[in-house]
Amino acid sequence: MPAQSVKFYQVGSRAVGNRLLDAELRTEQSSADRRNSITSGHRACQGCGEALGARYVLDTAARVTGGRLVTVNATGCLEVFSTPYPESAWQVPWLHSLFANAASVASGVAAALEAQGRTDIRVLAQGGDGGTVDIGFACLSGMFERGDDVLFVCYDNEAYMNTGVQRSGATPAYARTATTEAVGPIPGSRPGQGKDLPRIAMAHEIPYVATATVAELRDLEAKVEKAMSMRGPRYLHVLVPCPLGWGSAPAETVRLARLAQRSGLFPVFEAEHGEVTSVLPIRDRIPVEEYLRPQRRYAHLFNDPPRTDLIERIQQIADRNVARYHLNPHEAPRETPLEISHEEGA
Amino acid sequence: MDTPFAITLGPGSSSVNRTGTWRTERPVYVDRLPPCNQACPAGENVQGWLYTAEEGDYQTAWRQLVAANPFPAVMGRVCYHPCETACNRAQLDHAVGINSVEEFLGDEAIRRGWVLPTPAPDTGKRVLVVGAGPSGLSAAYQLCMLGHHVEIRDSAARPGGMMRYAIPTFRLPRDVLDAEIDRLLALGIDFRPNTPVTDLTAEHGFDAVFLAVGAQLAHRAYVPAAQSARILDALELLGDTAAGGRPLLGRTVAVYGGGNTAMDAARTARRLGADEAIIVYRRTRERMPANDIEVTDALEEGIRMKWLSTVKHADVGVLTIERMELDEKGVPQPTGELEELRADALVLALGQDVDHTLVDTLPGVRVEGGVVQVDGHMMTGYPGVFAGGDMVPSARSVTVAIGHGAAAARNIDAWLRGTVATPEPEREVATFERLNTWYYSDAPETVRPRLDAARRVSDFAEVTGRLDVDTALYEARRCMSCGNCFGCDNCYGVCPDNAIVKVRTGHGYAIDLDYCKGCALCVTECPAGAIDMIPEPD
Repeated sequence: MPAQSVKFYQVGSRAVGNRLLDAELRTEQSSADRRNSITSGHRACQGCGEALGARYVLDTAARVTGGRLVTVNATGCLEVFSTPYPESAWQVPWLHSLFANAASVASGVAAALEAQGRTDIRVLAQGGDGGTVDIGFACLSGMFERGDDVLFVCYDNEAYMNTGVQRSGATPAYARTATTEAVGPIPGSRPGQGKDLPRIAMAHEIPYVATATVAELRDLEAKVEKAMSMRGPRYLHVLVPCPLGWGSAPAETVRLARLAQRSGLFPVFEAEHGEVTSVLPIRDRIPVEEYLRPQRRYAHLFNDPPRTDLIERIQQIADRNVARYHLNPHEAPRETPLEISHEEGA
Repeated sequence: MDTPFAITLGPGSSSVNRTGTWRTERPVYVDRLPPCNQACPAGENVQGWLYTAEEGDYQTAWRQLVAANPFPAVMGRVCYHPCETACNRAQLDHAVGINSVEEFLGDEAIRRGWVLPTPAPDTGKRVLVVGAGPSGLSAAYQLCMLGHHVEIRDSAARPGGMMRYAIPTFRLPRDVLDAEIDRLLALGIDFRPNTPVTDLTAEHGFDAVFLAVGAQLAHRAYVPAAQSARILDALELLGDTAAGGRPLLGRTVAVYGGGNTAMDAARTARRLGADEAIIVYRRTRERMPANDIEVTDALEEGIRMKWLSTVKHADVGVLTIERMELDEKGVPQPTGELEELRADALVLALGQDVDHTLVDTLPGVRVEGGVVQVDGHMMTGYPGVFAGGDMVPSARSVTVAIGHGAAAARNIDAWLRGTVATPEPEREVATFERLNTWYYSDAPETVRPRLDAARRVSDFAEVTGRLDVDTALYEARRCMSCGNCFGCDNCYGVCPDNAIVKVRTGHGYAIDLDYCKGCALCVTECPAGAIDMIPEPD
């Protein structure tokens, strides 16, 4: 092949692989020898974003640690679909904790390893949004403030999917769940409630906090690799769409994660010691409606007549994210933060 | 179950659970027909050779290209590239510069001396090709590749037909043309120049004949003219100029007609020293048969267009023009309004006719509308005599002619073997809607450098420049590989069930139906739209 200086690779860094790239520049997921930390036969639903996200995270974590990795798993979808007795889909050492205490168990594993002088073995704890932002919150906060050497990964599908789609502290405004029905003047999940866990984690000023989605594989792999290169408490929050709970087609999982990022509703960034250090800029921004419309959990916003007032409020949330994290390179940073109205009714 | 102490579940033991049973639909890899391939009159697998060029393997890409078309360097200059008009990327930013990459590959081959493949062993069959234009040469090439002995006869002194005697050198330098024709004839094709064929019934010793004599007769239209008015045919002007002549035309030249030949004639007149060249055409630009590329080139060079006009009378130094009007059917109708147009010479470019005297003596051959009729296998009514190119009903272009030659060769080969050529199975077209264009990098087209208009009209230098190695690679990589897998690993990556495995055969991937749950994530995320979902067979 003649010498060439062109750095243009058809699909660039967006696709999983790229035959035009040198092998060492390719993703872990494109490798024919990737570990498949969660192997086939698991009972996740068709098009499960969490099964995908967990494999993405763990395959990279296992590679960069050379397989010297212990994982701890809070109760939740991931645990249930991967280990119905007597089967296990795990190809990495894996401990199942209670719903609430994955962070504490991981802290204990890290402490035990340290006591044995085996600090080459790394600890990764994982849970869904329920086990992270609600039930396991105290344990996680303790893990952060004690400075334990654990990477905690939250696979956020924005509700308790495993038990039948109940609202969690990560459920977004106006989304229908089994416990927030689409009735009344403010249908679905109440706005102004819930928790923004990446920002809460940043408030602990831990070494590393990052968000990612299953639609941006390279970004996700880079963040796992970076997190595993650091010591101390680290937190990674991955958006994993759930076809069952979101009422979306299984084939749309990756696309919805992409639309969430492109709309600004899910800001993708990383922070060190409490300060944002980089953001994934929005390549081509879309109105939130494009993200909301394919999901049945938002169907009540698109009835006749549509709830344009509520869609507008969701748009305001996206706008505030874009302003707060400077997500759109084409928009000048705002001088004053955007206010979002939370009054009832419209 | 044999597991270590304190381990209750075997690692990876979920694989006993065949989740493939959940499936109601399954993904299958497909090869759809890319719109560029569909649009190519020469039958090139454009997406195929671009795929190879993307890897920088230009020689292999060139080999794939010349399988259909032995003249990439010529085509890269003169083809009107319907492939680019059809290109799906045009709906994203700009069409891929297929034509410029083709030219680059063609030039690389000439520069590096790449040779055409070795023909198949001699079949002992002999085919006579009448006419050494693009159609005849293309047929000869394909027949030769199939192992048949080919003799080409042409009335002209040199091979190339209209490529040599009509296309101006500023569009097609003759060293490029010579290089590609010489390489082709060197395969062992017997070329006989200055040998017009007048009576086919007198030819013996051939198993089949391919007629490709073109349309070389200037269409005669009666233009009342003073005896000393300077009137000449466009083909004559182009032929003389291409042969190195410099016909005297005067300061102002009118060209009568609206086809590609008219554009070439007007552009040639400018280069021969005419201060002004005016195209007189009876309809409007929208209804002009000339290709838009040629019209734009002509306008850039300062050629004036006189629409809705016919020449009523030609005098020395002046023409009488009648203004026309389009009726509701779009047919130009005379208005009776006359005006004078100063012109030292009038060039007639009113179309070209086929000299079909050659087939008039052959029983069974039909001539309709001035062109020779052929069946779906390109055979005339006389068994064993095939015809193609400008002499049969078709859009007249070099690209179409090359396609005819190749198609005729396939049919002749089948006929020689006593069979009938089977058409390629129809493939569904890879439409834009099936693509997931998110994955393609933003990349505006590369534009080939072009001479300034002022420089252009001063001599016969080639107007359009080349891509270099880097820009050609960039341009090739803009291809979205519509409807055909290009190995991006997206399907392999996005499967939550690890049910896509990498294999060394076929598309490079296989679906593990034991575990595929049929979620179709691979289908949605395939950039090229190269995976379909089909109902699960019973």
